[in-house]
Amino acid sequence: MKTTTASAALFLALGLALAGCASNAETAEPAEPSATTDALEGTITVFAAASLKGTFTELADDFEAANPGTTVELNFAGSSDLVTQITEGAPADVFASADEKNMAKVTDAALAEGEPVDFATNVLEIAVPPGNPAGIESFADLAGSDAKVVVCAPAVPCGAATAAVETATGVDITPVSEESSVTDVLGKVVSGEADAGLVYVTDVIAAGDAVEGIEFDESDEAVNTYPVVALKDSAAPDVAQAFVDYIASEAGQKVLADAGFGTP
Amino acid sequence: MTVLGGVPRWVAALAALGALFVVLPLAAMITRVNWAEFLPLITSESSVAALLLSLRTSLAATALCVVFGVPMALVLARARFRGQKILRALVLLPLVLPPVVGGIALLYTFGRRGLIGQSLEVLGVTIAFSTTAVVLAQTFVALPFLVLSLEGALRTVGTRYEAVGATLGAGPTTVLRRITLPLVFPALLSGAVLSFARALGEFGATLTFAGSLQGTTRTLPLEIYLQRETSPDTAVALSLVLVVVAVIVVGFAHQAGSSGLRGGAIR
Repeated sequence: MKTTTASAALFLALGLALAGCASNAETAEPAEPSATTDALEGTITVFAAASLKGTFTELADDFEAANPGTTVELNFAGSSDLVTQITEGAPADVFASADEKNMAKVTDAALAEGEPVDFATNVLEIAVPPGNPAGIESFADLAGSDAKVVVCAPAVPCGAATAAVETATGVDITPVSEESSVTDVLGKVVSGEADAGLVYVTDVIAAGDAVEGIEFDESDEAVNTYPVVALKDSAAPDVAQAFVDYIASEAGQKVLADAGFGTP
Repeated sequence: MTVLGGVPRWVAALAALGALFVVLPLAAMITRVNWAEFLPLITSESSVAALLLSLRTSLAATALCVVFGVPMALVLARARFRGQKILRALVLLPLVLPPVVGGIALLYTFGRRGLIGQSLEVLGVTIAFSTTAVVLAQTFVALPFLVLSLEGALRTVGTRYEAVGATLGAGPTTVLRRITLPLVFPALLSGAVLSFARALGEFGATLTFAGSLQGTTRTLPLEIYLQRETSPDTAVALSLVLVVVAVIVVGFAHQAGSSGLRGGAIR
């Protein structure tokens, strides 16, 4: 009998704990949506592509400074990971994708509030370790030579861009590795494991002295466009929309341009 | 008929919750399997290449674990020397390290600019981006499993039979071959199977250290990780394959382990 009471008490405690979580979540929502003041208030969660980490961290800080009372939580990952999380019900208010294909998955699932806005573009650049040990000078150098070249797998956006440039130029790269993310490609170049890697212009800038960048004209063959959209079921829809607008604003665009992003 | 055997009901209830926590996600994954496409998905060229590579490298890693792990377990269980406890802790470190940390450590050891890799490069041996790198990564994370289970068994079995063998004139190698190893063979087997399972599931260290190229370094977990991007159905199907393999392996290890306990009972 004693054990039954104990187990009942335990389940009760568990239940209370769960209920506690639920009620906390409820109070986190805006208490009085009827109070229509001009000042923005609330917390939003922004799901942004991994390549936006530097810029969106800065943009979020600027946005919070300009709108006291707002809090921007950031979650960075590969775009397709983010899409999976969003479609599986993760609480996101804004989604910024590194390509249009992943954004389409969100709009197709009717999870977007309004139309996505293209806010940046990015092109590929060759990254080599400092000193360029393999003497890479052009895109064509990536094929043929004995240089160890690392690229993104065709399944991910940067790899699709790589494949597009290869097709357009007729240069056939034989990579030693096809990585799942641009960060992994960069890591292999930074560590000196690879002689060259194809990453985004913004990655080369963000990496600083750790790598050298080699621009190539053929990169125009694959321009990645970054769309952003506010999502449905947001607890603070006006803050979410304001953040999307801020990214497209002059101030927002300057931050992105400084990081090497192009304008769409 | 369920017998709780003196286990309080609330303990049993908690145990049931814990078991549910482990089983439910697997069940949830099975509900997402696209059965109509299951066979074509797991028999596609890239899937088969990944599966074969995984089996090949995991077997090689298991062999390395046995070759180096058995002596390590023997030394840790039987020898007495200064710093033994520290050594044991260090050897078991990969068990608790995040695999990606192992990958970084391996990179700085065997990478082209690594501690040893640099010299190997001069000799014309390149480990980076090769299948060897995958095997090294898998061995690194799997080795402690073998050492741990074998060392435990060696301590349980004790040294009585070995001492008797030695007094009857058997040399250390004969004692090892005729007495010690047969005694702990079930534990060795289960340890090897566990190492194999760990090697099969290795992901982080491989991704960091070996790269990802079909047929060369892209093992099944890396293939699953990549397929998620474009074909979640393939990722789920391959995950199920890995789960089935893991269940078989764990079942086998359990079998070997329990017979090991019986073997230990002859004391």
